[in-house]
Amino acid sequence: MYAQMIKTASAGVKSREEMTDQEREFQDKIDNDIKIEPRDWMPDDYRRTLIRQIGQHAHSEVVGQLPEGNWITRAPTLERKAILLAKVQDEAGHGLYLYSAAETLGESRDELVRLLHEGRMKYSSIFNYPTLNWADIGAVGWLVDGAAIVNQVALQRTSYGPYSRAMIRICKEESFHARQGYHAIMKMAFGTPEQTRQAQSAVDRLWFPAIMMFGPTDADSTNSDQSMAWKIKVKSNDELRQQFVDQTVPQIEYLGLDLPDPNIKWNEERGHYDFSDPDWSEFFNVIKGNGPCNVDRMKDRVAAWDDGEWVRDGLLAHAQKKAAAKVAAE
Amino acid sequence: MSVDKQQLLQFLLRQGDNTLVLGHRVSEWCGHSPILEEDIALANTALDLIGQTQMWLGYAAEVQGEGKTADDLAFLRDAWDFRNVLLVEMPNGDFGQTLLRQFLFDAFQSVLMGRLMKSSDEQVAAIAAKASKEIAYHVERSADTVVGLGDGTEESHDRMQAALEYLWPYAGEMFESDDTDAAMAAAGVAPDPAGLREEYDALIGKVLGEATLTIPDSRYNHKGGRNGAMHTEHLGHLLTSMQWLQRAYPGCEW
Ligand SMILES: [Fe+2]
Ligand SMILES: [Fe+2]
Ligand SMILES: [Fe+2]
Repeated sequence: MYAQMIKTASAGVKSREEMTDQEREFQDKIDNDIKIEPRDWMPDDYRRTLIRQIGQHAHSEVVGQLPEGNWITRAPTLERKAILLAKVQDEAGHGLYLYSAAETLGESRDELVRLLHEGRMKYSSIFNYPTLNWADIGAVGWLVDGAAIVNQVALQRTSYGPYSRAMIRICKEESFHARQGYHAIMKMAFGTPEQTRQAQSAVDRLWFPAIMMFGPTDADSTNSDQSMAWKIKVKSNDELRQQFVDQTVPQIEYLGLDLPDPNIKWNEERGHYDFSDPDWSEFFNVIKGNGPCNVDRMKDRVAAWDDGEWVRDGLLAHAQKKAAAKVAAE
Repeated sequence: MSVDKQQLLQFLLRQGDNTLVLGHRVSEWCGHSPILEEDIALANTALDLIGQTQMWLGYAAEVQGEGKTADDLAFLRDAWDFRNVLLVEMPNGDFGQTLLRQFLFDAFQSVLMGRLMKSSDEQVAAIAAKASKEIAYHVERSADTVVGLGDGTEESHDRMQAALEYLWPYAGEMFESDDTDAAMAAAGVAPDPAGLREEYDALIGKVLGEATLTIPDSRYNHKGGRNGAMHTEHLGHLLTSMQWLQRAYPGCEW
């Protein structure tokens, strides 16, 4: 998922008796699956938590342009180049819808971007891993967008109306990305021995980072209860991870690639695949800024913003001149 | 009147190489532009240019008749076989330089496509008809941005003026004509580019005027791209990244 370890702003889930009338009315709406809309009253903590979650999701879409953009100029055919450009364009568009959803909660895009650039907000850990060969581009679409979909399909039922609607719209495009990614890695897996080797390398490197996308195990996932009660979070990290593993393992097998984890095995009794935990110390390191690409990703984004200041200022100044001229003419 | 296949091929390569090389340049911005809306717009522009490339080079490969594809032409020719104008291979520079380059090219394309839609060659006419809708949007957008930045702050104005001075000597090559152009004009496939200059100057004059930018007096222009005689040093580097996978792993399906 693109929102990980969102700290829920809350002192703990209140019982009905502890709630004010307003809070009770709010909770009743959520329990009855009535969407919360921007003008509705909402607890401050609900608003704050949502801003963090939607903001982190938006940042992920934007930073996520970088690892894929890394291969646009090297895409091997015109068609692959066009597909990748269209995908990256979609991701930037997702960033835009999500920032708009956050704006309905009273937080501006500029402020969220400032917090990101100051290191006070995060984006998904997955985008701190490098894309090293062409098969990685297929694997990102298939595994990363695939994992995002598992989470975001669940979030279509989230309680906040604009977020839920953004998820519905975004999921359609993400599904398309995942299919195209799988198609691209199929070509690699079924290609020449050198291509197969690239595909295997991509799966080996990206498997654990992909399953880390769902965040820490439920046991280590603090603050989840309030987010679940508010339906900001709809399924637990472990449930979503299991769902992703179950849908993805047969796809790896179909590609004829070796499984990236020797402990992946069908468990008849559970009706699910067993698999190894990722190295959680690596995950926490990446979250802390020690992933292979954290520093470069932020350097790129901050430079883009800083280098673009004169452009934003110029266009704004022109728009103001035009508006002033219009007023003067009236 | 029948068209010389070799001349038609040259003409088609000129179209397709222009859009291919510029599409590559624009795509280099991915994730690095001044504002999210521009990331989207630049990706969209690059995507349109690559789509146009598929049509132009697809037809070029067909005319060539050697069983090659658009991809073979894009990824397996060396720099001296490219027929794009030098303008499109010039580096991105800052955002203003990128948008000014785009405007100088879009304006040319918008004038040219109107003529190509009436081409005696049905495929050329069909490609032009499809591309012209995209180009109309591109030129509107690049013109607006050039005006906004030219007539923005002092800094943005100065940067745009510097970009214009840097790129201006590359605009004239689009209007050079040679035997290929004469053959295309005689067959009614395409106009002689020299004849488009007046309309082009009027269009860019209006926009650059609104942008408060001064067009340099000099009409000196660099050339050698559209006939392959002498590209800039930049093209080789561009092709090095663009063609790398196809060169390193020949004969694969992707
Ligand atoms: Fe996305
Ligand atoms: Fe996403
Ligand atoms: Fe996606």
